[in-house]
Amino acid sequence: MSQRKLFAHELEARLDDLLLLSLRQRSAKAPAAQLEALPRELQERVLHWAAVAAQTSDDLGWLIASLAAAQAADLGDEFDDWVRAGLDAYDRSGLAATRKALNDYAEACRSRAKHSAHGIAFAAIEGRLSHFLHALDGRPLKLATGPQAWTDSETLWLPERLDAMPDAAGNRGLYKAMAALLWAQTRFGSFNVDPEPELDLWPDREAALRWFAVFEAMRLEARLAAELPGLARDIADLRGPWPAALAADAAKLARPGATAADSLAALAGLREVGAGETPVFPHVGAIDPVAARRVRAARIVRDMAVLRRALNVMAATASKAGAADNPDHPPLAAEGGMQVPDPQADLLALPPAAREAAKSLMQDFGEIPPEALHAAGPGAWQPVDGADEPVTAGVTTQPDAFYDEWDYRRGSWRHGWCHLYEMEGPAGDREWVDEVRTRHAHLIRSIRRRFEALRGEDKPQKRQFDGEEIDLDAQVEARADRKSGGEPSPRLFVHRRRVERSLAVMFMVDMSGSTKGWVNDAERESLVLLCEAIEALGDRYAIYGFSGWTRTHCDIYRIKRFDDRYDAETRRRIAGIEARDYTRMGVAVRHLAGLLMRQNTRHKLLVTLSDGRPDDYGDEYRGRYGIEDTRRALLEAREKGIRSYCVTIDRHGADYLPQLYGPAHYSVIDDAKKLPRKIAEIYRKLTA
Amino acid sequence: MNLSRTPGPPDARADVSGFATPLVRHATEPYYHAIGDETGVFAAAAQSGLPVMLKGPTGCGKTRFVQHMAWRLQRPLVTVACHDDLTTADLVGRYLIIGDETVWMDGPLTAAVRAGAICYLDEIVEARKDTTVVIHPLTDARRALPVEKRGEYLEAPPDFMLVISYNPGYQSVLKEMKPSTRQRFVALDFDYPEATVEANIVAHEGGVDAATAQQLVKLGGLTRKLKGAGLDEGAGTRLLVHAAQLIAKGMAPAVACTAAIARPLADEPDTRDALDDLIRAVF
Repeated sequence: MSQRKLFAHELEARLDDLLLLSLRQRSAKAPAAQLEALPRELQERVLHWAAVAAQTSDDLGWLIASLAAAQAADLGDEFDDWVRAGLDAYDRSGLAATRKALNDYAEACRSRAKHSAHGIAFAAIEGRLSHFLHALDGRPLKLATGPQAWTDSETLWLPERLDAMPDAAGNRGLYKAMAALLWAQTRFGSFNVDPEPELDLWPDREAALRWFAVFEAMRLEARLAAELPGLARDIADLRGPWPAALAADAAKLARPGATAADSLAALAGLREVGAGETPVFPHVGAIDPVAARRVRAARIVRDMAVLRRALNVMAATASKAGAADNPDHPPLAAEGGMQVPDPQADLLALPPAAREAAKSLMQDFGEIPPEALHAAGPGAWQPVDGADEPVTAGVTTQPDAFYDEWDYRRGSWRHGWCHLYEMEGPAGDREWVDEVRTRHAHLIRSIRRRFEALRGEDKPQKRQFDGEEIDLDAQVEARADRKSGGEPSPRLFVHRRRVERSLAVMFMVDMSGSTKGWVNDAERESLVLLCEAIEALGDRYAIYGFSGWTRTHCDIYRIKRFDDRYDAETRRRIAGIEARDYTRMGVAVRHLAGLLMRQNTRHKLLVTLSDGRPDDYGDEYRGRYGIEDTRRALLEAREKGIRSYCVTIDRHGADYLPQLYGPAHYSVIDDAKKLPRKIAEIYRKLTA
Repeated sequence: MNLSRTPGPPDARADVSGFATPLVRHATEPYYHAIGDETGVFAAAAQSGLPVMLKGPTGCGKTRFVQHMAWRLQRPLVTVACHDDLTTADLVGRYLIIGDETVWMDGPLTAAVRAGAICYLDEIVEARKDTTVVIHPLTDARRALPVEKRGEYLEAPPDFMLVISYNPGYQSVLKEMKPSTRQRFVALDFDYPEATVEANIVAHEGGVDAATAQQLVKLGGLTRKLKGAGLDEGAGTRLLVHAAQLIAKGMAPAVACTAAIARPLADEPDTRDALDDLIRAVF
């Protein structure tokens, strides 16, 4: 590639070409002018990504091109990541979200460039902080970034980046201190008092809240010191001494019994003497009692409902079990209140969800409020499990799983791209299987004989401490050793150990429309013969069909799960395999490999029965995209220890198979009618 | 702990003492702090000839409990740490060829049956599936061990007792114990002791003062909250005792905890850093 920069008119022409701009009455003049200033290499990358994006949508391509023109210079090395973030956002939420994601990314990138090398980004410390807080709290706290540090008692907001300290360790410590104090607000009852009456007396509510936050920080630091002295010491080092004017308040609030009410009292005292400018401490965040109390109230209502429902269920079970004469489970009192084994003392008596709720209530109140311990009167509450979850009874619109898909043009994933539905395969004609078994009776007999011989081959292990036979070689050696005065080995036996095959096989059957007719018949007949063969071998195996119609309808049909037996029901489902829609293979491979991974066997094998290359309706899956995605899925499976094999009926040569499965990992059968006769032999070779 | 080892059973025409199963007799009381009625249940099961299964997370005192009970019941103890290549012969015994002679060598299980000892199979689910079947006849009314290679049918004396342990916490579905095995045992649940009790244990075993022990227990409790959120399992009492022992030898608490608690628990950087933060926060 020549290193000459492209001129604006050249860029304009290339963009117009890529994005068909003239058809849409758009002009690439402005972006081209901006792109002209960039080095050639970056210009080419912009053009490349615009082309990639245009394959998804012309509008997306235009958006990428026009934003890239303005921002590429600032992005530097992160340009590729910037585009991928945009494409990802497009897949998730569309064009408007893409614009926002790209602008945000560029903005973050610019602000990073401005900051010193010692600053710490929230993303770099999020995992560490969230583990730390989880350990302190026992319930997972949500962490998020916001313009300032504050908490609503469920989520902790922390700044996107901290730079206030001179070194990285200091900034990490500052994050920890902020987070710990916010957590302490929820843990040590900052929101248990109503500050509104006091706040109303202040002319400047914001100033009052700032002061309140400072007083609470004093109190909470002392509370932390009692339980986590090292943490409190770190915080104290970080802030330096409290200002002399506040020392008295700090001492008062550090007393063991101090509560948020004492902080309010300090606030009132300050109001009387007249408050000056609020001192700024880097680790003290903001406090928003209104938001926190709202969230806390909602949580309490939720927890109480869970707890009361659990108690109701317990009461119902107890009375059913004839609890009248059981002193541990007294019956419901007349008004519906009840005495349960005291949950304050005995959380273990509760089911897990209710136990969590009770713990959460204890954190909010310090004890479980008595009203939560009344199961509502009979009839008012129905003991229903998970009534808070959205009702989806009978509606199968919710996919069973989402899978990422590999886009080779982007060199990255499309997240949650494929919507997978798993369902029972329809039952087919019972007579059909019987007919196949009669027709192939001879073949089945010979397959069974051959496979039974394979079953449980014994492998002699030589030089064992004990065993069924004497190991002659070892014996001779030992004799010779002894004669020559050496110490003979005591390992003189041959042990025959039955070698378990320890193999699980997943058959993935193509149910695409193109299999209609001969191919489908051949697939079904092959499966019948395979089942006969594998039953003789005793391997674990499962059969699933796959088909689909675009990425939002990827269907998996259960024909035989690993635990299902090869019985009449299974045979009918084999008979019911029929040609349906398209072949989006990557997602099927990913899903079935996941099922296969759960098998406790040493060897795992994924066998695909198919009639051609991956294909899907309408979108780009046909061709290289589908092959690349499938290849990627098979590679992932191989990384997990799953070997893949493909049996294809494809009269068109199947030149893509070596690329997908690797050499010697596929069979091409040129005539569907031959498949049933060949399949058992293929399987035998594969697993010998 | 004072241990005396008596060599294995008779039949030792050649010198095979190197292969013999050690029968451990505790001369002094192994320290154990009872949490509930486990000692009573165990003693009653021992008297009734019932096998016992100990369930609980790692490092919560299962092995120590067995040692303590062996001392209390004045029976020798044979401990087998089960692994995935443990064969039936490893448990029951095998012929060895020593010089010109064929010598039978009892495996630990047979040795324990002969001696009327307590046989403790630690982490039984790790053993190969066929291995667990040999214990079946010992666990029901027969109380006998067929030693097929010698054509011997060993009836267990009244003092023989079988104890197994397993950890339901990190056991995958692939390693579940079969109901036919489970239902032969009296089962005792073990868990980490309550904080004050655990602090006593850590202070006693680790040789540290009460305040340090409390801090260690506090740290242990914090790590246990991370179970399933970064850690497979929190720090067991054993890890806390290890840390205490390092502190008693003069290590700084933070250094001791990092080495004895944080590093054994986690490799993943975020979790490791969080554990470091917790250690710093507690001390």
